Amino acid sequence: MIQWAGLAVFLLAIFIAVPAFVVASGRSDLYYTLTSVALLSIASAGVWLTFYIGRINIGQGAFALIGAYVSAILVTKAGMSFWLSLPLAGLFAAAVAIVIGVPILRLRGVYFAMISLVLTQVVTLTALALPITNGAKGITSIPLPGGISIFGLTLIPDFATLENPRLAFYYAACVLMVLTFAAMYRLVNSRLGHLCRSMQQNEELASSIGVNISYIRVIVFSISSFLGGIGGAMFGSIAQSVYPSSFQVADSVNFMLNCFLGGLGYVFGPMLGTLVLYFGWDLLFELGRFQLLAYSSLLIILMLFLPNGLLSLRLPGKKGADR
Amino acid sequence: MSHLLEVRHVTRKFGGLTANSDISFNVNENEILSVIGPNGAGKSTLFKMISSFLPTTTGEVLFKGERISNLKPHVVARKGVVRTFQETTIFKSMTVRESIIVAQHLRARASLAGYFWGSRMAHEDVDSFGRYADDLIEFLGMTEIANEQASNLPQGNLRALGIAIGLATDPKVLLLDEPFAGMNHDETMKMVNLVRKVRDDRGVTVLLVEHDMPAVMNISDRIVVLNFGEMIAEGTPAEIQNNEKVIEAYLGSADDEIGI
Repeated sequence: MIQWAGLAVFLLAIFIAVPAFVVASGRSDLYYTLTSVALLSIASAGVWLTFYIGRINIGQGAFALIGAYVSAILVTKAGMSFWLSLPLAGLFAAAVAIVIGVPILRLRGVYFAMISLVLTQVVTLTALALPITNGAKGITSIPLPGGISIFGLTLIPDFATLENPRLAFYYAACVLMVLTFAAMYRLVNSRLGHLCRSMQQNEELASSIGVNISYIRVIVFSISSFLGGIGGAMFGSIAQSVYPSSFQVADSVNFMLNCFLGGLGYVFGPMLGTLVLYFGWDLLFELGRFQLLAYSSLLIILMLFLPNGLLSLRLPGKKGADR
Repeated sequence: MSHLLEVRHVTRKFGGLTANSDISFNVNENEILSVIGPNGAGKSTLFKMISSFLPTTTGEVLFKGERISNLKPHVVARKGVVRTFQETTIFKSMTVRESIIVAQHLRARASLAGYFWGSRMAHEDVDSFGRYADDLIEFLGMTEIANEQASNLPQGNLRALGIAIGLATDPKVLLLDEPFAGMNHDETMKMVNLVRKVRDDRGVTVLLVEHDMPAVMNISDRIVVLNFGEMIAEGTPAEIQNNEKVIEAYLGSADDEIGI
């Protein structure tokens, strides 16, 4: 019952309280910040999932960039609806993850981490080189998402006709985030989640009880990259542009840090981690040239004293994957 | 009597070193067969080849006439040949019951997507996993520690947990890796009885690799002896105790280990 109450409070907060606060305070720039947090947390959720099979993934930026480009190309060149390009971007990223994952997921520990770190750079360079991605100029003036209506009933309005597309993006991002984390929660508590945990703890023992570990690894990595692709595609749509530098190695590192900060043992860790990390950086803006110094020192202190993440403080209303 | 498991001319080389040289023996249904030998005799290597954790250089292992060597471990497990590990290889942050539930992977009928959506078959599976886990926990006398986290368990219980995880897969042949290592006399006898019970009550054929001579002599129907990668003897405990080659091999390494 406490769990459902927590969920209700959370939904009320993001869908009603936050917009009400923005209207009251007149700070509509908050929409953009919070939308970014929601989308980045979706990509971070993917990274968290690869942590769940015992792999340190510093390559989510690559899949976010792939997703952003696929959606942008489908919308601008093929004239496809953004809402159709969104799942396709995720699926394309997942397909790339399967092809790349089969060889590299055999690696463990720091070796996998290093290879995944290179991926972002590889995708950036590929985007610079290919004609379809338009090189360094990137893809610009992507139209805003169109509407969806069935039998004259408008499900999603055309964003271009809206008075406040920022609010619309905020809602869309929040809905996506809620769906993502609901699916993650379900997944972690289903059989696949149990198998992931067994692999995280001992791959040899897992294979001895009949788990096809290479298959599960690839499945999980492709789900992770699907989430990266979705997050990236939505980001591109908000910015209305994609460049090879839209997602960089630093972004990949941040996705990973979000998971660490929130807590690797908690499904909702990446959500909290992204929020704190994103706002933490902005709050330290006042410090000017000391911003990075203070930021990194705080991160080190946090990881020293809360190695299991912020959620190990057991905030009310937040539920962990394993208690 | 039918041969359940056949090891046929198995050889394994690591570079210039021959760890196993032309090993052949059969395991009969429902027997307890031990592989013994001094340190470095190649017992563990043989064990890994039977469970396909290591490919053979030449030769093959057959289970019910089907080749099970040079495959993937999970494929061999699916066929019914499951190995256990020494005590450090467990699911550390799971409880005993959780470990046994996860280990029933091969008994799952619903697909992974079915579990995600919560299909009827998945619900039935989950119920059946729980019942089977409780049965097994009772069978192994682990009721008191069922909800204890594995990392908190003492060594003796970890060994039993390892066997429980192996048994949860419902194997035909269970390969036990040094189940008595580091145990005192009482613990060893408890484990001997447990292994017997597994064979008698569950109809599981047991192949074990072991150092502890008194325990091996006590528990085994037949024994295979390895020395420097070669098989030097095969027979009942009584035959092995009086085999000159075996005595020589052991006297060459450590007299008191033989315990006869």
